Amino acid sequence: MRQRPLPSFSLPGLNGASAVALALLVLVPILVLLSAWHQQQWETWQHLLDTVLWRLVGNTLLLMAGVTVGVLALGVSLAWCVATLEFPGRRWLEWALFLPMAMPAYVLAFVMVDLLDYAGPIQTQLRSWWPGLTGFSARHPLWVVVTLTLVLYPYVYMLARLAFQAQGRAVLEQARILGDGPLRAFFKVALPMARPGIAAGLALALMETLADFGAVSVFNFDTFTTAIYKSWYGLFNLQAAAQLASLLLLFVLVALVLERRGRRRARFSELGGRKVVRARPKMAWLISLFAFGVLFMAFLLPVSRLLYWVVGTGLQGVDLRFANLVWRTFLLGAMAASLVLVLASWLAWVKRHQPSALVSASVQLATLGYALPGSVLAVGIMVSFSAVQGGLHELGLSVPLVGGLLALVLAYVVRFLAVAFGPVENALQQVRPGLVEAARTLGASSSEVGRRVYLPMMLPGLLTALLMVGIDVMKEMPATLLLRPFGWDTLAVRIYELTAEGEWQRAAAPSLTLVLLGLLPVILLTRRR
Amino acid sequence: MRVIGVMAVALVALAGLWGCSEPAADNELVVYTSRNDHLIKPVFDAYTEETGITIRYITDNASALAARIKAEGERTPADLLITVDAGNLWNAAEMELLQPVESVVLESNVPASYTDPAKQWFGLTKRARTIVYSTERVNPENLSSYEALAEPEWKGRLCLRTSKKVYNQSLVATMIERLGSEKAEAVVTGWVGNLATDVFSNDTALMEAIVAGQCDVGIVNTYYYGRMKRDNPQLPLSLFWANQQDSGVHINISGGAVTRYAPHPEQAKALLEWMTQPKAQHLLAEINLEYPVSPSVQPAEEVKSWGEFREDDLNVSVAGALQVDAVKLMDRAGYR
Repeated sequence: MRQRPLPSFSLPGLNGASAVALALLVLVPILVLLSAWHQQQWETWQHLLDTVLWRLVGNTLLLMAGVTVGVLALGVSLAWCVATLEFPGRRWLEWALFLPMAMPAYVLAFVMVDLLDYAGPIQTQLRSWWPGLTGFSARHPLWVVVTLTLVLYPYVYMLARLAFQAQGRAVLEQARILGDGPLRAFFKVALPMARPGIAAGLALALMETLADFGAVSVFNFDTFTTAIYKSWYGLFNLQAAAQLASLLLLFVLVALVLERRGRRRARFSELGGRKVVRARPKMAWLISLFAFGVLFMAFLLPVSRLLYWVVGTGLQGVDLRFANLVWRTFLLGAMAASLVLVLASWLAWVKRHQPSALVSASVQLATLGYALPGSVLAVGIMVSFSAVQGGLHELGLSVPLVGGLLALVLAYVVRFLAVAFGPVENALQQVRPGLVEAARTLGASSSEVGRRVYLPMMLPGLLTALLMVGIDVMKEMPATLLLRPFGWDTLAVRIYELTAEGEWQRAAAPSLTLVLLGLLPVILLTRRR
Repeated sequence: MRVIGVMAVALVALAGLWGCSEPAADNELVVYTSRNDHLIKPVFDAYTEETGITIRYITDNASALAARIKAEGERTPADLLITVDAGNLWNAAEMELLQPVESVVLESNVPASYTDPAKQWFGLTKRARTIVYSTERVNPENLSSYEALAEPEWKGRLCLRTSKKVYNQSLVATMIERLGSEKAEAVVTGWVGNLATDVFSNDTALMEAIVAGQCDVGIVNTYYYGRMKRDNPQLPLSLFWANQQDSGVHINISGGAVTRYAPHPEQAKALLEWMTQPKAQHLLAEINLEYPVSPSVQPAEEVKSWGEFREDDLNVSVAGALQVDAVKLMDRAGYR
């Protein structure tokens, strides 16, 4: 093996292979589905092409465009204000704006539909003021975009805020000295410099949008994912569903590659000195109002509605079994998040030390799983596990893989590796090679370098990754439903059961608990510094 | 960085060992069900109390559970599949996941039209899907059948639930069987033209829309009506029994089946039989205000108060066999 410029602590060949293995973890479930069950699927395709497919593709593109505009507008502007301007309430809004991250999209969706529906409180009130009012539909695409934007903007907000804070004032001031106005300076300097962070946040938001089924089905808004589920649940054709899902993955892959190309490896080094400037008083109040408005719509309003329902149903179903749900939810989140973190660190490490084409392609593939609809992924994993279990059985080994916790945890890994990889890779990049070499020159052993250089420098990034994945796992519904072992019901499972029967009020207690549980990591995420 | 590798292996091993489902013991049955925890648990608890046999179960969407049984193959821990809608049971039978059950008890308790002709699955409760209307704005004399809701007089007055719900797929499937594809499509197209607003994602929201005045009539499963009526006795809605002059009200079932590779087929059969006996039938029907499948058992009092009606006696397996056609028809008709 050729010596790398950076010290590498284990066998290079093995490392590369492990990255490939992680990529296969994403690909195998899909490939297995594509090949395993031979059915007549041309008929399904023909039908979808003739009837709904183009509308669904159009809807999906519309939704993606809307969510892109929405999360960028909210995420970037809020991040910019918080990072560079002083306004009333900035201190608490800075972290409170993360709170919507704890809100599962399907929960916000059913609260929104309830509030906005013709029979809901808002339109009823409006009609009591103006009896002739014809009203509007709560299932308009606009509301789907609004809902997804409100739950997904924190991804952009978080990463953009970090980027803006890292830039400091110096760059902007230089731009201003060179004659740019404040807006021009923002668009010409600050925004392009923050682009990698913003793009990473946007990519997460869009992948989540593509994979979402829960929220869009509450609105009955048909997207590409709807076609996947229609093929499976309605037309009983799982293979066509898998084919559609693989198309979705291909689309995401192309989009990500194009984005990378567009960025052309632009790297910006940080200039320290973060300082906020006081905004003009009128402006400052407007900003406060805007930030609070977002927080209200995305978090305070839905939470109070859930509270109202919980009070109305009188804590029905909150008992010992409910406590067990909470515990299992937390346990799964903690376990899966730790594993995802470890694997993401490993992947980032391998990518840094063995930057070959194969490795970077594998890394790219391994982080695609976030765009996979959970149920399809889950079935793929189940079929592959079943095959492995069968093989082991032939060899005389009886290992109950299917229906075990491992399958579920692996599904989480495939789904959420992308979420952890970004922050971890960023954190690793902050440990400059020169720093490591200096430490080694000064006689530090490799474990000391790990403990005293890597760990402290990477800790914020690692924690961010851990907590984000933890929240996502706790909110995850479809894969948990299908792969959970006996007794491993979670809050999301209970929410599914109740909402599937239209019992939204009774679903409020588990929903609210899930939001509160998700708040713990969010608060940790924002309080550590 | 070896540390990372060690940690990864340790975590995977932990997950692998923890929660490994040990095979069910002999006094234990495993059920996969799409019925919700709060609807099915009281029934299972009663069985455990009576027989000492504990029941472990997992809930999910029926298609997902079928995929799980299929993936598990001969090693499936599932003894029974209990789900709603004949379409799902029909599909599970089609996927060769079930086994025929010969049982005098089942045959006498479950009428033939609610049993798979190949005896692979059996109805447990009946669910009627019929017309609901606003008592304030609709004269029931103007109502007659599902098909009539496609007439121009209902323009802008009809509310429907999404075509993605299997209940509507089954309803349209039986219409295809009775009327033929062409006529059924004309009816569905008529419905779509009459819609007052976008289709709803559940029956409860649909009824709330009628109450609020967004539309005047809709099609719902009766137990959703029952639940709403229970919460609000003054509810300005009423059920109308559809198609009494011809085919009768559309009936679907919740049903059960013994899986093909059930580890305990005899006990599974016993549980299935028990579920069609009066005690379980009462429980099953009352918890969710459904109709008992056994003709000898009366429905709950409030359910009875909605009146008697003529049921569609078409075998429910038809709904399963024609579900794919129904979905395609609704797609063509633009019914979302």
